[in-house]
Amino acid sequence: MKPTDIAAPDYFHKVVDCQWACPAHTPVPEYIRLIAQGRYSDAYMINWKSNVFPGILGRTCDRPCEPACRRGRVEETPVAICRLKRVAADFKDDITQRLPHPTAKNGKRVAFVGGGPASLTVARDLAPLGYHCTVFDGDPQAGGMMRTQIPKFRLPNSVIDEETGYILNLGVDFKGGHRIESMKALLAEKYDAIFVGSGAPRGRELDIPGRKEAAANIHIGIDWLSSVSFGHIDKIGKRVIVLGGGNTAMDCCRTARRLGGESVKVVVRSGFEEMKASPWEKEDALHEDIPILNYMVPVAFKHVAGKLIGVTFQKVKAEYDAKGRRNLVPSGEPDETITCDDVLVAVGQENAFPWIEQDCGIEFDKWHMPKVDPKTFVSTNPKVFFGGDAAFGPKNIIWAVAQGHDAALSIHKLLSGEDITERPLPEVHVSSQKMGIHEWSYDNDISNDKRYKVPHRDKVIALKDIRTEVELGYDVKLALGEAERCLNCDVQTVFSTSLCIECDACVDICPMDCITFTQNGEEDDLRHRLKAPSPHPDQDLYVSSDLKTGRVMVKDEDVCLHCGLCAERCPTGAWDMQKYFIEMTHAGSTCPTKSRSAA
Amino acid sequence: MTYIAKPKFHHPGLKKNELGYTHRDYEGKISTLCAGCGHDSITASIIEACYELSIEPHRVAKISGIGCSSKTPDYFLGNSHGFNTVHGRMPSVLTGANLANRDLVYLGVSGDGDSASIGFGQFAHSIRRGVNMTYIVENNGVYGLTKGQFSATADRGSKSKKGVTNTDNAIDLVAMALQLGATFVARSFSGDKSQLVPLIAAAIGHKGASFIDVISPCIAFNNHAGSTKSFDYVREHNDAVNRLDVLVGRDPIAVDYAPGTVQVVEQHDGSKIALRKIDADYDPHDRLGAQTFLARHAAKGQIVTGLLYVDPDAEDLHAHLDTVETPLNTLEADTLCPGSAALDKFNASLR
Repeated sequence: MKPTDIAAPDYFHKVVDCQWACPAHTPVPEYIRLIAQGRYSDAYMINWKSNVFPGILGRTCDRPCEPACRRGRVEETPVAICRLKRVAADFKDDITQRLPHPTAKNGKRVAFVGGGPASLTVARDLAPLGYHCTVFDGDPQAGGMMRTQIPKFRLPNSVIDEETGYILNLGVDFKGGHRIESMKALLAEKYDAIFVGSGAPRGRELDIPGRKEAAANIHIGIDWLSSVSFGHIDKIGKRVIVLGGGNTAMDCCRTARRLGGESVKVVVRSGFEEMKASPWEKEDALHEDIPILNYMVPVAFKHVAGKLIGVTFQKVKAEYDAKGRRNLVPSGEPDETITCDDVLVAVGQENAFPWIEQDCGIEFDKWHMPKVDPKTFVSTNPKVFFGGDAAFGPKNIIWAVAQGHDAALSIHKLLSGEDITERPLPEVHVSSQKMGIHEWSYDNDISNDKRYKVPHRDKVIALKDIRTEVELGYDVKLALGEAERCLNCDVQTVFSTSLCIECDACVDICPMDCITFTQNGEEDDLRHRLKAPSPHPDQDLYVSSDLKTGRVMVKDEDVCLHCGLCAERCPTGAWDMQKYFIEMTHAGSTCPTKSRSAA
Repeated sequence: MTYIAKPKFHHPGLKKNELGYTHRDYEGKISTLCAGCGHDSITASIIEACYELSIEPHRVAKISGIGCSSKTPDYFLGNSHGFNTVHGRMPSVLTGANLANRDLVYLGVSGDGDSASIGFGQFAHSIRRGVNMTYIVENNGVYGLTKGQFSATADRGSKSKKGVTNTDNAIDLVAMALQLGATFVARSFSGDKSQLVPLIAAAIGHKGASFIDVISPCIAFNNHAGSTKSFDYVREHNDAVNRLDVLVGRDPIAVDYAPGTVQVVEQHDGSKIALRKIDADYDPHDRLGAQTFLARHAAKGQIVTGLLYVDPDAEDLHAHLDTVETPLNTLEADTLCPGSAALDKFNASLR
C-alpha cells in the first residue's frame, strides 16, 4: 500500500465516525468535550453553526451519528450523542449576543417556499451576508414539519420558537399564513433566487375496501398530527389502530394515547425488526402500553351503517428469494379483524408540487420529482433551488439542514457571479494536544461506564397532557458521565516515520492491538497480517512509508480508543496526538477568514 | 511513566487460547519504565508466550531481584505468584520455591547488574544445579536506575552516553551458562519478538535450567552511537543461527520448509520445537561447538542469537536429589513424620 496521505481532508474526517456520518458534519467530539467542561454555550454555538437547530435536533434527530459511533464497536452501545446535544441547549446561557447581527442589505432578494428546516437553514446562512430573505409558509408560524408533525410531548413549542426565532431575528421576513399557490406568480415577482423547501406534505393513502364508506373515522397520519398540533383536534376514540411502522406511526399512536385512546395498537406489514421507526421511538411506544403487531397486511376497513367498526388483516410471513430480497407471502392463517373506533394511516409520505406550472423551466422526472443537482441543489431553472424533503423525498431534519447549507452556498455563489459547481474545500485545523510529559489537553482516560439512560417523566403524568414533555433530558451529572464515554476520535494518532526507532513500545501498549509493524503489501494481504483481526474494510488502514528495517507501520483505525498511550510510550515522539477540526464550507466562508474556534 | 491505567477494553476480535483467555488476560499493571524501554517488549513477549502455551496464570511463580528488569514482573501475569527479592538473590529464592513446590512454572527475571555483578554467584549456582526454571536476563549493558554507568556485560570499547569508553572486559552470560551446564541456552533481542516469543515458550517447556539472555536497549542511557546494545547496533550485528516454532499438543509439524533445514526437538512436556536453520553448520546439541561458535563470532563483533544449545534429555535438581513427585509443600504430616515404627525400621536398616 502507498503511504497514507493524512493531509487529505477526508482521511482524518473518516476516523471521526460520528462526524463523517452526520449529513451536516457536526464536530461531535469537540462539543462533547465542551459539555464535559461545563461550557454549554460554546457547545451550543458549535452545534448552531453546523446544524442550526441544536435544541430541536437534540430531541428529534434520527441520529445517523450513533450507529457510526466507534464506542458501539468497542462495547455494546454508542455515546448518546443526540441527547448530549440537548444538554448543550438546555444548560446554555443567553447566546443572543453570539449570533450574527443583521447587516446592511446587499440589495439581493431571495424567496423561500415553506418555512421548515431546509428553508430556515438557507435563510440563516444568507441573511447575515445581507440578502433580503422572504419566507412564505401556509402555517401561521415558522418551523414547518418540526412544528406540525412532531408531537409537543417530544418537542415543546418553546424550543421551536426559540430556535426559529434566532433565524427570523437575523432580519428574515416571515410571511406566515401565505401559501404559495403558483410558482409562475412567484417567478414574476423577480426574486434573484428562489429556494423551495416545501417538504413532503402529502400523506400516502391506503386504498382498500371500506376506505370511502368509513372515511369519517379514518385519518391520514401527518394531517391528523398537524390538526392536533394546532389544536383543531383534541380527542379520538377509545380503541385506535395505527397503520404503518415509521416514526410518524409512533408519533400517531403516542398522540392517540393522550387524546383518549385507551387501547391503541400499531399494526405493521413487515416484521418488528424491519420497521422504519427508530428503535428508541418503538421503545417509547411500547413503554406507553402500545402493542406493535407485525406481519399483518390491512385488507379491508369494516363498517356498519357508515360507521367504522374495525380493520381486517391478512396474516403474512417473510420469505427471502435467492437474491436475499424479502417477499411477504400469505402465511395461510385465517384473516383477523381487530375492532376499533378510529384508524390513523401512517404508511408513508409523498411529495406534491401541484403549484409548480409546467412552463416554469423546472423539469420533473418520471417519479414527478423535480430534477435537482445533488451537489448544488439547483433545478433546471438556474434561479430555483430545492432542498430538504422537497428535493429528494422524505428524510430527516438533519438532512434538510445539510442540504440547506449546500443550497445556500450555491445561491451565494450564483448571486456573487461565481460558478456554483466549484465547491470550496473545507477548512481543516490539525494541532498537537501535548501539554507536557504524558499530559494532553483532552481527557485520555477511557471511561468504562455504560450508556446512561435519559430520565423520563412518570408515565401516569406524561399520558395526561399532550403538551407535557416526556423526556426530561440529562442533568449535569448524568451529562458529564455520558460525555466522558466519548472516545475523542477527533484527537488523531499522527505518525512520523523519520522519528520511529521501531522499539515496539506502541505495539506493546496499545490496548486494542491496532498497530502492527510488518512488511508492506496489498491491502487485502496486509489486513490478514495484522496483530488483531480486521473485520471492517470500510475502516481505513494508516500506513507509513518504509522504516529503517524495511518494514512499515500499519494502524487499523477501526477500534482505536484514541487513548494516546502509543504517544505516551513512544520514546522519540514519533506518535503524537493531534486534534483535527474541520469546518464545512458554508455560504460566506468561501474565502476562509481567521475565526477563533471555541477551543 | 504513564499516569492512566491501560483501558480495559480490548479488540472485540481477539483470539482466545484453550483456557478461554485473550493475551490481555496475561497482562499486569501498566509499566512504569521509561517510554520505549526494551524491557517492555520482553514483558510483552512473556505475555504472548504464556498466552500461546495456555498456561494457567496461577500456576506461575515470577521471581526477580532489583533493577529496572526486576520491576517488570509487576507488568505481566497479574494473577500469578510473585516474589521481588533482595538484589541478586533471585536464584536462591527461586531454588527454594522450586524445591518446595515443583509443580509451578518458574520464571526468574533478572538484569545484567542483578545477575552479572551482585548476583553472579547466585546465577552460577542455580544454573549449575539444574533448577527447573526459565531464567531471563534483560541485558542492556548499563545501570539504568543509577543513570547509565557501565554494567558488567558492557562490551570493552563501547561508549557511554557521555562519551566515556569502557575499559573493562565484558561478561558473556550465555558463555557462562553454557560452561556451567545449562541445558537450554538462547540469546535474543527485545526488538525481535518473532524470535523471542517462541524461545520463551520453548524455555518454559524445557525441564531443567533454561537461560535466555535478551539484549534490551536502554532508551534513556544506552541507545546512542558507540553503544553496542543500541537498537541500530544490535540490528546491524545480529547473527541469528536459527528461528523456531513451538508446536504444542498434537499439531502436525508444518512441512513448508526446504528439506534438511528443519530440525525437530521433542520436549519433556510433549511439545515440539521446530528449528529452522539459518546457519546450516550450526548444531544446537553440541555444547562444545556452541561455545567455540560463540567465541569466534564475538571476536568478530557479531551478536549470535537463536537457540544455541538444548539438551532434550536434561534432568533437573529434583531428579538429582531424588525427591518425591508430590510437591513437598503438599505433603501431609503423616507422610513427613511416619511415626516411631518407621523410624525404628529405618534405624535397623543402618545397623
